Amino acid sequence: MTFPLRNLLLFVAMLVLILMAGFLQSWNVALSIFNMGVISAVMALGVNMQWGYAGLFNIGVMGFVALGGLGAVVVAMPPVTQAWAAGGARVLLALAVGAAAIAAAIQLWRRLPRGAVRVVALVSVLSAGFFHFRWIFDPAVAAIEAINPAASGYLGGLGLPVLLAWPIGALLAAGAAWIVGKTALGLRADYLAIATLGIAEIIIAVLKNEDWLSRGVKNVIGVPRPVPYEIDLQNDPDFVARAAGLGIDAATASSIAVKLAYAGLFISVVLVLLWLAQTALRSPWGRMMRAIRDNEVAAEAMGKDVKARHLQVFILGSAVCGLAGAMMTTLDGQLTPGTYQPLRFTFLVWVMVIVGGSGNNFGAVLGGFLIWFLWVEVEPLGQWLIVTITSGLPADSVVRLHLLDGAAHMRLLTMGLVLLLVLRFSPRGLLPER
Amino acid sequence: MEPLNALVALANFVIVPATAYGAQLALGALGVTLIYGILRFSNFAHGDTMAFGAMVTILLTWWLQAQDVTFGVLPTALLALPAGIAVTALLVLATDRVVYRFYRRQRVAPVILVIVSMGVMFVMNGIVRFVIGVDDQVFADGARFLINARDFRDLTGLDEGLAIRTTQAITLVTAIVVVAALFWFLNRTRTGKSMRAYSDNEDLALLSGIDPERVVAITWIIVAALATIAGVLYGLDKTFKPFTYFQLLLPIFAAAIVGGLGSPVGAIAGGFVIAFSEVTVTYAFKKVLGYLLPDALEPAGLMQLLSTDYKFAVSFAILVIVLLFRPTGLFRGQTS
Repeated sequence: MTFPLRNLLLFVAMLVLILMAGFLQSWNVALSIFNMGVISAVMALGVNMQWGYAGLFNIGVMGFVALGGLGAVVVAMPPVTQAWAAGGARVLLALAVGAAAIAAAIQLWRRLPRGAVRVVALVSVLSAGFFHFRWIFDPAVAAIEAINPAASGYLGGLGLPVLLAWPIGALLAAGAAWIVGKTALGLRADYLAIATLGIAEIIIAVLKNEDWLSRGVKNVIGVPRPVPYEIDLQNDPDFVARAAGLGIDAATASSIAVKLAYAGLFISVVLVLLWLAQTALRSPWGRMMRAIRDNEVAAEAMGKDVKARHLQVFILGSAVCGLAGAMMTTLDGQLTPGTYQPLRFTFLVWVMVIVGGSGNNFGAVLGGFLIWFLWVEVEPLGQWLIVTITSGLPADSVVRLHLLDGAAHMRLLTMGLVLLLVLRFSPRGLLPER
Repeated sequence: MEPLNALVALANFVIVPATAYGAQLALGALGVTLIYGILRFSNFAHGDTMAFGAMVTILLTWWLQAQDVTFGVLPTALLALPAGIAVTALLVLATDRVVYRFYRRQRVAPVILVIVSMGVMFVMNGIVRFVIGVDDQVFADGARFLINARDFRDLTGLDEGLAIRTTQAITLVTAIVVVAALFWFLNRTRTGKSMRAYSDNEDLALLSGIDPERVVAITWIIVAALATIAGVLYGLDKTFKPFTYFQLLLPIFAAAIVGGLGSPVGAIAGGFVIAFSEVTVTYAFKKVLGYLLPDALEPAGLMQLLSTDYKFAVSFAILVIVLLFRPTGLFRGQTS
């Protein structure tokens, strides 16, 4: 595998930026940027598969990331046995009834001849299914949410190790992607965009409102960790002694050690993913994907099943976004549906892919790190800039206070400018596709 | 009396709010559809253009209020609206000059323009947050109600009250005036006709000597006016919060696509289809059914199909249904 010098230099420069944050701010900040940078890189890899390999315009990244987060909760949280007893089976039954109604409706639509009868049959099956679903579902939800609402009020998870949640989060996202892909792929690019934007909003709405599943806006906190807790390290005399030997106090050392452990886990994930993505891209499959992207008609004429390949890569890319979501929830230790915002989780990832270089996996990784770094650092930099600019004004000047207030919003402006500048002057990104 | 009461309850909670909301969506969707027809891309910055226009109008309204200028029973914002439109038009014209024109000359694929509009969306969103902040801003003044629920009850002797807020009435009247003016412009004036010609067949329009830059500039001015009016009306009717305007993108696009992208009539129809379905599906019909059904059958639950938080799901479901069964929209829009 050849790795051009230019790429290497850019990655080294990125590392230097993070190290600078370590020296100038603190190592805790630098490591947090690094960890979220890796997660951002995974998201960017997912979007790059869809956009860079296949030219699919998915702006529902947020939804798939959130589903991955839900995966972490469903797998790792301990089950709430009382809630399961109160309504678990009934909720599952209701969901099965709902799914059966939809499946029956699809079958009816396929089997019946065109005409008014078909429409009436479809509508009646769907509405009967919906009311049955609500009739079974509503009491079960009420029963589950009534159980100790302040502390649980939801079904809980399976109580399995949290690392298992990563593939399962990816699977959840892949399942959602299959549904979206089945309906919306094959439509025009803008339509797919709006459809994915919509599904992402719906997924977030479900997470916010279905308290039995995700505790809604009450948040699930204390998701188990794959790494030790800081407090355990601080109580471990061996660790404290070693930290003292390095000349760091135990509190700082423990939080850095935990972050380093996460960083190790995340790096191994991103390396495996990069290897897989690169291998796939260089294989006949990758060449076929790019051929489809560059000329669908020609690829179809060569006998390639464009629709099936699009569905395949759409599911793969969404699964990678789900994996990133599960990793993020594991890192945060909590699922907070209220914090999922499209600007942060969809459009920012797009900026990463475009800036990094669409079609290039290393570009996606670099873009993920760089844009995340900017996203975090623009705020203190903007603050510093405004303090410097307005240092001539009196401390209580209205203009100065307003500008300082506004500094927090500089990041959106900066991201937009970065995206526009890259698109204009270097449309193929920092690391162009070869 | 019972059916009348049911009707009034339905009007109060479904028909009146949905009509006002539908008018706002229709104005927003008209802007999206015009951009799509003339510039041939989906403009993701539209929600933030609405927010920007509304923000400028709000700032001017506050200034007018500080000068003790009011508009009697009508909101002062209506006085500030023309200036708000002018500032927004300048902004979008500048954006076109600095950003979009370059790509137009290169004739890039529409999807690249969509990504470019994402960048514009970030910048506009940042500007709005920078200037006015992220909080709710209330700027409605003047008379609050056209008809007050209690007055209505006293007047008719019914149990149910019907309240129509001034802002709802203004929304509808303004929307009708704006839409009538737009259609007159598109169908009767030379410039409007050249715009439609350009939208239908670009090459033919160029051959007949239509200046494309002029068509594009006029489109942006009209879009700025539509976006500002829609943004101000929405802000008057509800409240102004930058993030809600971003979220309006989904119902607005759903309305434009359901109607048929590129078709102005479709955008209006789509706006009302989306608004009425959102409000109807998320409304609790307990009260209405309580009046209509005999006592024995009175519903125990709220009789709400979906909770209000799922209103996006409604726009989305309609969008998917239309895309699956009639991909060009209700009124045939452009397919290319």
